[in-house]
Amino acid sequence: MAVLKVPVTSSDHIQGDAHAPVTLVEYGDYECPYCGAAHTHVQLVQKHYGSQLRFVFRHFPLTEVHPNAQSAAESAEFAGVHGRFWEMHDLLFENQERLSIQLLFAAVRSLGLSEAELRDALAEGTYMSKVRDDFLGGVRSGVNGTPAFFINDRRHDGPFDFPHLVAAIDTQL
Amino acid sequence: MSQVLSPGTSAPDFTLHVTPDQCLSLSEFRGRPVILAFYPADWSPVCGDQMVLYNQVRPEFLNHGAEVLGVSVDGAWCHQAFAKARNLHFPLLADFEPKGGVSKSYGAYREGDGVSERALFVIDKNGVIFWSYRSPLAVNPGADGILNALERLPS
Repeated sequence: MAVLKVPVTSSDHIQGDAHAPVTLVEYGDYECPYCGAAHTHVQLVQKHYGSQLRFVFRHFPLTEVHPNAQSAAESAEFAGVHGRFWEMHDLLFENQERLSIQLLFAAVRSLGLSEAELRDALAEGTYMSKVRDDFLGGVRSGVNGTPAFFINDRRHDGPFDFPHLVAAIDTQL
Repeated sequence: MSQVLSPGTSAPDFTLHVTPDQCLSLSEFRGRPVILAFYPADWSPVCGDQMVLYNQVRPEFLNHGAEVLGVSVDGAWCHQAFAKARNLHFPLLADFEPKGGVSKSYGAYREGDGVSERALFVIDKNGVIFWSYRSPLAVNPGADGILNALERLPS
């Protein structure tokens, strides 16, 4: 069974209690429709477990099939530097069907962040290496497609809807 | 169930169509490592994910000097359409005639189903199998095993 090779650290995007008994790590791609569908289920799972669950999101953009996935991931990182990662994350998934460069700028604007700064960050590839590091760490951990979930460091190989995620997480509690 | 060729075995050479009018031989890669990825079928969901992943990880393979070659019993025209739809940048070889001949020589053919197994081989620069792995048909094996093998290759 595939095991998470890159431990969760403070450089990750984390929601929930650091001492939660279960950590759910997702490797995802903002342009992947399966990740978009999973987003809603993950939110329900988070609500269901409350402080019992810590959630971590890492980037796994499949740029050869999803032309906007890399820019979207870098935009989320840009928002993250300003403390707005999760808001951007939600905006990207909620507007996935019309994901485009224009949408990234509109999303950043709606968060009150600077479009000019985002433009520079994308042009200079400021967050490219962070996204690449997430991707390569995922590959080393056996991520074989998106989304990929790890529950307490073990890859979850079943479906990723609410009932299946809950069934898998319950075994850890 | 067939047993895939083990490490230490000389990799059987082959020449297969890579496009409708071009062939490619394994021996052309002598001097650099090769990853052979046998898979059941173009267009199937798991194979699609697997090939898209290898396409995305290919720069890492190339950092080790290694090229990845996909092999299935689909014909060259089918491969061409599949590669175009998934934007694949590495060769897909057609083990089409005699059907599955190369897959059989690697122990990576499913007789009853008439398709290749989902099997991976890392072949060293001298043409010897360094690592091999047969995945359950429905499981995408990812790329971690390949990268681990490439890192362990003697330079």
